[in-house]
Amino acid sequence: MLKGGIIGLGKMGISHAAIVGAHPAVDFVAVCDTSSLVLDAFKKYTRVNTYSDYLKMFEKENLDFVVIATPTKYHFPMVKYALEKQIHVFCEKPFSLTSKEGAVLVEIAKRNSLINQVGYHNHFIGTFRELGRLLKANVIGEIFHFTGEAYGPVVTKEKGGTWRSRPEEGGGCMFDFASHVVNLIQEVIGRPTKINGALLKSIYSKGVDDAVYSLMTLENKISGVLLVNWSDETYRKMSTSLIIEGKKGKIICDATEIRIFLKDANEKEKLDKGWTTKYITEFALPVNYHLRGEEYSAQIDYFIDNIINKKQGTYNTFEQGFYTDVVIEMILDKAKQN
Amino acid sequence: MDKVLFGDNQFFAVNHVSDEKSRAQAIRFKDDSSIINVLDQAIDLGITTFMCTTHDRIANICDHLCADMEKYKDFKIFPCMPYAHKYANAVTELGIMGTIKQYVPGNIFGTFAKGGMAYLSKDFGKLMEIFIDAEMKMFKGIKTPVIFIQNVLVDMILGLRMYDIFAEYDEYIRKKYNAEPGYITMNMPALLDTLNSIGIKNPIICSSINKIGFRMAGGLTVYEKYLQEKEFRPIAMQVLAAGALGPNEAIEYLGKFPRIESVLFGASSKSHIKETKSLIEQYL
Repeated sequence: MLKGGIIGLGKMGISHAAIVGAHPAVDFVAVCDTSSLVLDAFKKYTRVNTYSDYLKMFEKENLDFVVIATPTKYHFPMVKYALEKQIHVFCEKPFSLTSKEGAVLVEIAKRNSLINQVGYHNHFIGTFRELGRLLKANVIGEIFHFTGEAYGPVVTKEKGGTWRSRPEEGGGCMFDFASHVVNLIQEVIGRPTKINGALLKSIYSKGVDDAVYSLMTLENKISGVLLVNWSDETYRKMSTSLIIEGKKGKIICDATEIRIFLKDANEKEKLDKGWTTKYITEFALPVNYHLRGEEYSAQIDYFIDNIINKKQGTYNTFEQGFYTDVVIEMILDKAKQN
Repeated sequence: MDKVLFGDNQFFAVNHVSDEKSRAQAIRFKDDSSIINVLDQAIDLGITTFMCTTHDRIANICDHLCADMEKYKDFKIFPCMPYAHKYANAVTELGIMGTIKQYVPGNIFGTFAKGGMAYLSKDFGKLMEIFIDAEMKMFKGIKTPVIFIQNVLVDMILGLRMYDIFAEYDEYIRKKYNAEPGYITMNMPALLDTLNSIGIKNPIICSSINKIGFRMAGGLTVYEKYLQEKEFRPIAMQVLAAGALGPNEAIEYLGKFPRIESVLFGASSKSHIKETKSLIEQYL
């Protein structure tokens, strides 16, 4: 049994705690948070040890791995400390506040041969996996352009309060919502190397952006746009999608379906000429415990399997999380120039 | 429980296979009257149970039902709480304490004495009761013989192994609302084992049941074994596996498990409601 702990019991942290707690290969031993209300709930209802100081938790518990789901500004010191103690780390996204910090963490994880993963869960949604496979199989020919979008109803009124409304702590739509899309683009289509234009807009928030619009070019010369708005209440929950346009066709993909348009039929892939729609039912990753969506369990299962097999995975490495931070900085820099 | 339970996902743009369909539903059910029209059609077809989330708009529907008690006298609601996205979005924006402050009626630290005390003494049982009462307010005057906790919460409590919360919930629902507690889950086998382990016998469990194993954590084989061998009152949902199965083959499959008491489904047109209802009555 692997001994696991969690730092940060907000929405993601509690969700991770349930997934880790349900995992048959894990002895979930410790949680750390600053909220006494949340810690008291763990004290009352579970046998998990509770801490308000992560250093104490690391000192007392002999952890094999830790899940870090604190506000972004704490990622760097916590991840660094864990890595130096030879503990495998799953860190929530975005990875770090600055790419400088992220680069240090990537280096330590590599040097200490520790399993590392960042929580960009879209890579564990079957439709996006299938999209990646179809693009590798070159079904739509030479790609010339993409659109990466995410919309959702997070901030729909003029008020603010938590760290999410403070840009210096990793708040705002760019860090929270747009980072998911940047990461998807980066891993599924290609790494952005040039930001041609960027606009960050505050709609309801003060001090942080509620929308991000950017035009970019990838390492493979593909161009695309990023359109993200977390103040859009026409969406019931966060909805992320990619549209990829190629010379032989086009693919529209989101978490529930993948629609493929081909100028000519592709026999090998059994895809007709014209439109083919495939649904998540065909691609959902099997999990033993399901909470909110299989992707959340699947990413933790993957992390734990990698620890057990002593082999770093290829999805959501620190290095990939770090590169997303690099792109975020490029977008922020470009937006400042406007 | 009725064999046929009419659900509400279609009214609130919950569609597990298509964001586009979801938007079309949001447009179609913009007005409460359009929801009521479909409910009336369901009632005309002989459906008497509506299983719904504690979405803000359900409060308006409840007002409508209460205003015409003669017409709706046989109509029951199975509330499912909480409407999770309301809270999830609030937690992202306001944090956990901020969310409690926003949704607990009155001021948790002051005017609402029960809540204030609950927080100060860290009495989580009381805090839960306050949330349940707040969510149940909209159903006052309506028959609610079964009251469910939504899968997000059930599965979270299950994963966190905070099993006593199930016992507290179970007791409170029976005592205060004179109703049967129900549990919605994506992890039916694990949940049933857990509930049995804390002394909750023969529970009402609503879970995905379909022959392709979609959203059935633990796998199809274990689900089928439990449906055949274990003592509980299953309700089948997501029977069409988000559209991957046709209604006939989907419901015929359910017929293999005599223990299944009810099927939860949602539809927007009278013909669909009629078709699904008659299939359920044929096979179950």
